[in-house]
Formats: sequence, C-alpha cells, structure tokens
Amino acid sequence: MRKVFISITVLLFVLILILPFISIVFGAFQNGVGPVIQAFKRPEAIHALTVTFIITVIVVILNAVIGVILSLEIVRGKWIPKWLHSFINIMIDLPFSVSPVIGGLMIILLFGPTTVLGMFFENIGFKIVFALPGMVMATVFVTFPLMVREIVPVLSELGTSSEEASATLGAGPVRTFFQITLPSIRWAVYYGLVLTIARSVGEFGAVLVVSGNIINQTQTATTLVYQDSVNNNIVAADSVALLLGILSILVLLVLEWMKNRKEGRVYAYRGKKFRKALWSISSGQPSKFSN
Amino acid sequence: MKIKSFRIAVRSVVMGYLLILIILPISAVYIKGFSLGWEPFWKEISGVIAWKAILLTLKLSIFTTLIQAVIGTFIAFVLVRYRFFGRSLFNSMVDLPFSLPTSVSGLMLLTLLGPQSPIGKWLNTMGIHLLYNQTAIIIGMVFVTFPFVIRTVQPLIEQFDPSQEEASYTLGAGKGYTFFRILLPSVFPGIIAGSMLAFSRALSEFGALSLISGNLPGKTMVASVFIYGEVENNNMQGAAAVAIVLITLSLIVLLLVNSFQKRRGIQA
Repeated sequence: MRKVFISITVLLFVLILILPFISIVFGAFQNGVGPVIQAFKRPEAIHALTVTFIITVIVVILNAVIGVILSLEIVRGKWIPKWLHSFINIMIDLPFSVSPVIGGLMIILLFGPTTVLGMFFENIGFKIVFALPGMVMATVFVTFPLMVREIVPVLSELGTSSEEASATLGAGPVRTFFQITLPSIRWAVYYGLVLTIARSVGEFGAVLVVSGNIINQTQTATTLVYQDSVNNNIVAADSVALLLGILSILVLLVLEWMKNRKEGRVYAYRGKKFRKALWSISSGQPSKFSN
Repeated sequence: MKIKSFRIAVRSVVMGYLLILIILPISAVYIKGFSLGWEPFWKEISGVIAWKAILLTLKLSIFTTLIQAVIGTFIAFVLVRYRFFGRSLFNSMVDLPFSLPTSVSGLMLLTLLGPQSPIGKWLNTMGIHLLYNQTAIIIGMVFVTFPFVIRTVQPLIEQFDPSQEEASYTLGAGKGYTFFRILLPSVFPGIIAGSMLAFSRALSEFGALSLISGNLPGKTMVASVFIYGEVENNNMQGAAAVAIVLITLSLIVLLLVNSFQKRRGIQA
C-alpha cells in the first residue's frame, strides 16, 4: 500500500509539475544553443527584460516602504476606527482573489485616456495607461498584499514592550524604529520582498491589459513570452520562459532557506540582540550589533 | 509637535496611497458596471457569449476544485506520513505554480501538449486532444491551483495526534476505515478552506488559460479571457459587468473562508 501511494504521488508530481517544466527546457534547446542566445539577443527581448527590471525595482521600493508603514499602522494605529480596520483588511486581501485582468481593467477605467483623471494627467504630460506608470500601478495592486500579510502577524505577535522600554530609556521614535522594530520584523520584510520580486517579475494579466503590450515600449518579459507563443515562435518563447522559470525556482529555494532561518531568528532577536540594542540606547554608546 | 505633524503626514500619505491604488480602482469597476443602471448591466451579463463564459468558468472551476480536493489531500497525506527518496524536494516543488509567471505556466503546457513535443505527437496519434478544448482548461486550472489544498491540509495532518489512529487500530479497525473515519474528519475543514481558495484562483485565472484554451467564444472562452477581449474591443461596460460578477464571487468565497477559519480556529 505504502509503495502504491508513494508511486501515485511521484507520478502526479511528474505529470503535473515536472513534465511541463522539462518541456520548455527541451523546447528552448530543440535546435541547439544558438537559437536560445539569438532569442535573448533580439532588441525586443532586451527591452522587455529591462522594462521588467525597472518595474520590479520601483515596485519593490514602494512596497517595502509603504508596506512596513501600513503594517505598523494596522497593528499599532489606535486612531483607526474598528470599521475602517476590518475594511482595510478586506481591501488588502482582495487583490489576491481578484483576477489580474480585472486589476488591469480597474486602472484603465480609472486612468484611461477617456476618464477625467486620465485626461488630467495626460494634460500635465503624464501618461498612465499604455505606459510605465500604469504598469507600475497594476503591479503594485497585485503585489500589495504580500508585504503587509507577512509583516502584520509578526508585528502583532511581537508586542510593544521592547519599544516602550526603548522609549523609556530615552530613544526617539526614529531610533526605536530602526534599532528595535525593524530588526525584529526583518525576516518578515525580507520574505515579503522576495515574494514581491517574484510576483512583480511574473505578473502577466494585469500588466498585459494596462500596457497594451507595445513591442519595444511597454512589453515586459512575461508579455513577450505570451506574444512569442501566440506568434508560434515556440523556441524564443521557451527560451525567455526558461529564464523566468529558473528565476522562480531560485525564489523558491531562497524562500525555503529563509523559512528555516526565520524560525531560528525570531527568538534570537527577542533575546540577545534586543538586550544589546536596549543597552546601547540606555548607555548612550553606539550600537554594538552588526548585521 | 514636530513629531505629531510628521505622523499625521505619514498616515495621510499611506491612506491616500491605499485609496488611489486599491479602493478607487475597485470602486471604479462597480461604478462603471452600474453607471447606466441595472438594465445595461444585465444586458451585458446576459449576452450569450458573456453568460456562456461565466457558466463555463464556474463549471470547470468546480470540477478543478473537486480534483484538487482529492489529489491535494492525497499528496499532503503522503508527503507528511511517508519518508521516501526526494520527499523534501517534492515538498518544496509544490509551490512552483505560485512562483511561476502564469504566461510561463501556459507556455509550459502548450509546449508539452503541442504537436512539436514527443508527448503531444504520441497523444495525437492516439486520438487524444488535450489542447484548445475544455480538458485543456481543466489541465491549466489544475496546474495553477496545485498548491492550495496541499498547503492547507499539510499542517493539519502534521498536528494530528497519532494516538487517535493507534486507538482505532487497537480496536481492530483497518487502515482504510481509520483514515476515512478518524483522520479525514479532522482535516476536513482544511480541505474545504483550501478548496475554496483553489476555486477562487481557478475562477480568476487568465495567463495560463489564454494560451491553451483556444478562446473560442461560447465554447472554450473563460470569463477572464472574455474580459480581456472586451477591453481590447474597448467595450469597457461589458468588461466591467463580467468583472463585477467575478469580483463578487471571489469576495463571497473570501468571506466564507474567513468565517470558516474563524469558526474552526485554523490558520491558513
């Protein structure tokens, strides 16, 4: 029985996950290495990868800053009334369950060339839809929950006693934030960042709708893969897809490694590092702990 | 005083950001969909192609969810209970469909089942067609929803106290009986929660399906692909109407999962 069960499981993995992945490896290299290199040398491929890179950098920075601040407000903000609190919670979960195409549609409806807001921004020379700002907005919409959902549980579990101690000892809010709060949510932030990177690089539906998929202008790596496969240029599509696939595997490996580390780290911070930080604040001497 | 005004500024910026990027866009869809009142909304929804796309998506999503509930629970059970070569590798592989871009997922299945691959060729000679039909849509949906049930059921099986099963064995029950009467009922909430998440994801899937479904209006066109087509044709009213149906369905599922988990005290 045991052997049968294990064999079925292995078979399911092979059929559902492994075979599809291997197929793009063979698809990309079916005519040797040359066409693969050729696929990446195309100007549209280089452009698409650059656009993806730019979007990812902007979105990661935005999500990191806003995500941390918003999580702090959600957990600690006593000024938020209760109804608003649960409303924000639902709003943050929503992008997870809304189709990415709808995410893109929302931005077109709001900032499209025929809307009031869209016309206003167009008049001041700031094009949103079918341009980079819209694509960044779409990606932010889709990746927004990742950061907050990672940080909020850690933050609420953490409590405020260490921060209160730090404040009592005379540290200002900025110093308390950087020396006490941030180090203790560090792994959640990293985890959220890796998820954000993966999702930003991989976002397809929302970006396709908003960008218009204009070659050499608003085409990203994922929409290039789509375009190539629609054009039946399977070798080129598989080549770029393979790069994205390898990136996804790397992301999984990093997340796995972080999970193992995070579990060991949360308590380390509450113990030794906290005492060190608090000590350095109270004694007025420079912080001794290094990362 | 300075700190206080700084805090207020930060809060306003964060709330404004939330308003512009999340809340305004979502309300824009509802406003657009209902902007001309109920009648045009119903007209868009009840258009033959739109209606068929919604029904098809619902039908295939339910089918996918049932498949996932069974194989997800099964895989979770094997991954937790058995030690075998490559187990941890398989375990970390489960999340692959989450981290892969959906257009890449679609392309993978397209390449695998397409006429250029050996498997596609072999299937063709056998007379089996797995692309550009409803089977293709189910394959795509199963691929992208693969992790949900496994990841919600796994922790429940891990936490399950084996002494209950031992008691069942001691009392003379067989393995199958023990599994279905002892283990399964206690992980059932997890199966339901994971299935609902998988359902919601299957409903909204676009990238993978747009490449492998063939997108025949009325036959293999799913709701999200329909919305994309309407956007391309600049029929925002129709796109918004179908989008409202999808968002509302997802919201209901989300609320159900939340209340379910609260009641049972599970964490996803």
